[in-house]
Amino acid sequence: MTEINRDDVAHLARLAHIDMSDAELDRMAGELAVIVDSVKSVSEIAGPEVPATSHPIPLSNVLREDVVGQLLSQEQALSGAPDAEDGRFKVPAILEED
Amino acid sequence: MNELTKLSADALASKLAAGEVSSVEATQAQLDRIAEVDGDIHAFLHVNTEEALAVARGIDEKRAAGEELHHLAGVPIAVKDMIVTVGQPTTAGSKILEGWHSPYDATVVKKLRAAGMPILGKTNLDEFAMGSSTEHSAYGPTRNPWDLERIPGGSGGGSAAAVAAFEAPLALGTDTGGSIRQPGAVTGTVGVKPTYGGVSRYGAIALASSLDQIGPVSRTVLDAALLHEVIGGHDPQDSTSLTDPCTGLVDAARQGALGDLSGVRLGVIKELGGEGYQAGVEARFQESLELFRSAGAEIVEVSCPSFSYALAAYYLILPSEASSNLAKFDGVRFGLRELPKDGPLTIERVMGATRAAGFGEEVKRRIILGVYALSAGYYDAYYGSAQKVRTLIQRDFDAAFSQADVLVSPTAPTTAFKFGEKMADPLAMYLNDVATIPANLAGVPGMSLPNGLAEEDGLPSGIQLLAPAREDARLYRVGAALEAMHEAAWGGSILDKAPLLNGASAGNTPQLHTPDLGGK
Repeated sequence: MTEINRDDVAHLARLAHIDMSDAELDRMAGELAVIVDSVKSVSEIAGPEVPATSHPIPLSNVLREDVVGQLLSQEQALSGAPDAEDGRFKVPAILEED
Repeated sequence: MNELTKLSADALASKLAAGEVSSVEATQAQLDRIAEVDGDIHAFLHVNTEEALAVARGIDEKRAAGEELHHLAGVPIAVKDMIVTVGQPTTAGSKILEGWHSPYDATVVKKLRAAGMPILGKTNLDEFAMGSSTEHSAYGPTRNPWDLERIPGGSGGGSAAAVAAFEAPLALGTDTGGSIRQPGAVTGTVGVKPTYGGVSRYGAIALASSLDQIGPVSRTVLDAALLHEVIGGHDPQDSTSLTDPCTGLVDAARQGALGDLSGVRLGVIKELGGEGYQAGVEARFQESLELFRSAGAEIVEVSCPSFSYALAAYYLILPSEASSNLAKFDGVRFGLRELPKDGPLTIERVMGATRAAGFGEEVKRRIILGVYALSAGYYDAYYGSAQKVRTLIQRDFDAAFSQADVLVSPTAPTTAFKFGEKMADPLAMYLNDVATIPANLAGVPGMSLPNGLAEEDGLPSGIQLLAPAREDARLYRVGAALEAMHEAAWGGSILDKAPLLNGASAGNTPQLHTPDLGGK
């Protein structure tokens, strides 16, 4: 079985910005190891000669004319925010105080 | 049950046009039906009573004034709660969006409004469309109208159950790995995943952007075609939107219903069947092949050897894209903000607490898996390899479509399973999407339609049709032909055979044993 231990999951949870309890970390470590084992097969048939496809259809940039269009008003943009002040999103401190 | 609710969308539209019934009457009948049965089914997270009736009233007035209206004007519809709507909450089945109202409409919703279709409300789903059973909704599961102790499929179980239970004639779903087709199969309804890019995804909350597709849910193939033509077509607000016009689907359905499939080659996908497929599902599938032959179709066997890797590739690509798409739920611009119980109040700690409180277990599992698959050192082995498998699957489809016009398989390996049966085993749950996932990886269109009842449990099974990209019309032609043959054999719709639905006449709602499923 793939080595995914509790510390690995704790690291991934930190990267994903999700606080996890000890019990969650334990459970998730077991489940992830099983899932990762089962998806390992993808590397079996995908040799270097096979190009990767990121998308079902070819993509190109879509650009609109540089003119003012129908946009959300400031009030609409802030309408779902958990906190706002003076027409802006209000965010908790970015930096921890020393 | 008011007989209006049993009409197909097309039949209702004709009655509206003929002035035999008003949209207010039809919409009220659906709202009454929702009030009657949704306590048992829980297909809806929000019912939009006042606005739906106001839209219906407006359509009736326009019709009375002699205005030219869309064929589906006045026909009510339900919308999966993964699609944003002004004036109604959108939750994606998650606590992190509880009570949130979008400031804009999805393009498909704008199109419904332009066609004059009253929106009955928002339907239940697995949280952020992650699941195959609608058990992962933060607001409690939806129940299958055929048997309340069974799942209605997922993630669009709410939309499928609403249509199957006659709570709405039509609904919209989203299909990332089968979330329209698999619920269709287990509830006896029609579900279509259009060609990738054929229907705008602007305003569909993104799960896995390279796989997601909005599509119709209905009780007949023609109804799906009618709705597909309303929502399809180019949208400059979606960078992946095809420029092709969305036409010819209704004509294809009407032509198919005549029952002649002469000259059509149908490819049976060797790898989607046999081991792991329920005997009754297989038996009904083989019977449908005979029906196809009797309609003049040629049946050939095609092999898609890379399909056996599709599930593994999907469960790397989906979490990877989801971990990125769901990063925006950070407690800053919208939705929930949860403060940490102790320690300093920094944005990073608020984010961690918010996402811990707002996301359910399956969402966390897939985000963590996605972060892992995208990690330095693992990227090539997992995400990179999965993208290569995608190439191989596209090649398999290309080869298969050189031998056949439409590919066929059972939609799901089994009929609806019981609640809780696969909750503890994510891999067992994921296996349910084994037949539907290849179409999402390749971007080709797929349809599931009712395929009779499995003998061993009397529950609906589905048959899946797949066509090359941009050839959605083929699905409607072949699907309508099979539907016509089935209905002739069954003496009507498959839903006439559903024990709960037959007993659910007005004032006689079956009071069934309702399992304690937890949730809100």
